Amino acid sequence: MRYTFGGDEHVFVEVDEAMSLEAFFRSLSITNAVRDSRIRGVTEICPANASFQIKFDPDLIAPDDLLGELKSLEGAGAGGAELKTRIIEMPVFYDDPWTRETLMRFRERHQDPGATDLEYTARINGYPDVPSLIAAHAGSPWFVSMVGFVAGLPFLYQMVERDKQIQAPKYLRPRTDTPKLTIGHGGCFGAIYSVRGAGGYQMFGITPMPIYDPAQEISYLRDFMVLFRPGDIVKFRPVGRDAYDAAVQEVEAGRFSPLIREVDFSLAAFQADPTGTNAALLGVLHG
Amino acid sequence: MAEPESTIEIVKPGLSTTVQDLGRPGYYHLGIPLSGAMDRESLIAANLLVGNDEGAAGLEAVFLGPEIRFAADATVAVTGADMPPKLDGVEQPGWTALSVRSGQVLSFGFLKAGARASIAVSGGIDVPVVLGSRATYALGALGGHEGRALKAGDRLRLGRGRPVGEGRNLPAALRRKAEPVLRMLPGLYDHRVTGEATERFFADPWKVAPEADRIGYRFRGGHPLDFVPREPPFGAGSDPSNIVDSCYPYGSIQVPGGTEPIVLHRDAVSGGGYFMIGTVIAADMDLIGQLQPHQPVHFARTDMAGALAARRETAERLARIRDALA
Repeated sequence: MRYTFGGDEHVFVEVDEAMSLEAFFRSLSITNAVRDSRIRGVTEICPANASFQIKFDPDLIAPDDLLGELKSLEGAGAGGAELKTRIIEMPVFYDDPWTRETLMRFRERHQDPGATDLEYTARINGYPDVPSLIAAHAGSPWFVSMVGFVAGLPFLYQMVERDKQIQAPKYLRPRTDTPKLTIGHGGCFGAIYSVRGAGGYQMFGITPMPIYDPAQEISYLRDFMVLFRPGDIVKFRPVGRDAYDAAVQEVEAGRFSPLIREVDFSLAAFQADPTGTNAALLGVLHG
Repeated sequence: MAEPESTIEIVKPGLSTTVQDLGRPGYYHLGIPLSGAMDRESLIAANLLVGNDEGAAGLEAVFLGPEIRFAADATVAVTGADMPPKLDGVEQPGWTALSVRSGQVLSFGFLKAGARASIAVSGGIDVPVVLGSRATYALGALGGHEGRALKAGDRLRLGRGRPVGEGRNLPAALRRKAEPVLRMLPGLYDHRVTGEATERFFADPWKVAPEADRIGYRFRGGHPLDFVPREPPFGAGSDPSNIVDSCYPYGSIQVPGGTEPIVLHRDAVSGGGYFMIGTVIAADMDLIGQLQPHQPVHFARTDMAGALAARRETAERLARIRDALA
């Protein structure tokens, strides 16, 4: 673990330089322990993929005292990681007309102007065609390993062995536009764009299911405007144009209800048998 | 619906005028930044001048002031940037409590110094409180007036004001001037660049780039940074300036591709995949909000003791402002 101050109001802790489920779970466990310990002067606790950040008020706690408190909680991340969390199913219209139109507009900023983002990513990851890439993308669930960049945007890390991770570079130069609710991919991370705007991730498709609603009019976002929390599990379900349009109408009519189930997750059980653990998770979702 | 009693109407919006208070802490872990005034001290002073609580919502105008018609009597104060306020076309002093009659129009002369004017109105701007604050976070369409910068024709309701003495002002000695030096604490991922590159970063003159807004200020003009060679960690990306996406502290200085530093400000993106060379100390964040494009700037190295000393100076200056306007 590497501790460093971000000015006089933040401690930044790097759990690992490289991304892994283990690093993510340590970050999540330690930030949970920091929250539970209610250290005086701590104002914000932000878990990230393989690191975390604590914002504090140095008028209430000396920076070195906070460092000492945090180091005493390091052990919280070492034990067997067990997590009570949610699995959320998300319909995705892959290769949809809106992200396709957008990617065509920004083709000169892409590594491979002659291919779509899906075709390019399939090729560089050794998939024979786009449907095989989509099958891998939608086949295994993903962890929400961080929420941020902009309001409510989840970073997602797929729950498969490292050699099965989909990897893709970001655009050579970022786009100035990305449709809202685009499913993107950059590095080893998936992302769901919560708002329309600039972006550099490869674009794979779009979901009809809003994940951020500052007006709090969407039925399942009335209690809180952001859907995702770090530690949530997401399963993508490919849908076609008709199912996409129907879901959009359901959302607009206030009738859309996402499929969400409570689940227990054990990192040790997953490491021993990823395929079996994922199958059990999907059993909970559809059981 | 009955017309609310006290309102102001935006006749011209200026370049980008937003409702801001002292911000919305507590949601950065979900990507919702603090927001609030870029120059907090000037908003606090403006609020105290008109008899408001320090954290009341005011307007933040950048580079070009708005034109505002009052539909009620009120007290107004304009602080921060030197952008002279006018009432019905007649120039008025800044940093001063001004009485405005119903029907009068507040407008602004050209910007002479600084970048952002804080405009406080007695009673405060009464937009809905969202997640504990009235501040505008435009990227997330959250807070303020309809989650966006103001437009011509917008009407804003005022809260109930308290009477204050007209013409009282903040002594010039208590008005902070924008210094062209930003003190920063090295750290975060500064090990990614060579020691020589770090030294040159501090020695080089930088200039504020045109891409400078509430999310972040970009600088150019210094030498590109040389990176320490490495095998990219899994998930980081192949560019030497990439890291596995992490949180970004407020004030953190990222240098994508090693070329143009960006200092994140009140509407910061909360995380991403670029290395950071250090963090501007909290005491100097207000100063960034008053920097204009093309303005020359130096980054100066400090340590935690220096950052905390600067913090105490800020607290003492604020205490003197409160005393002066009590």
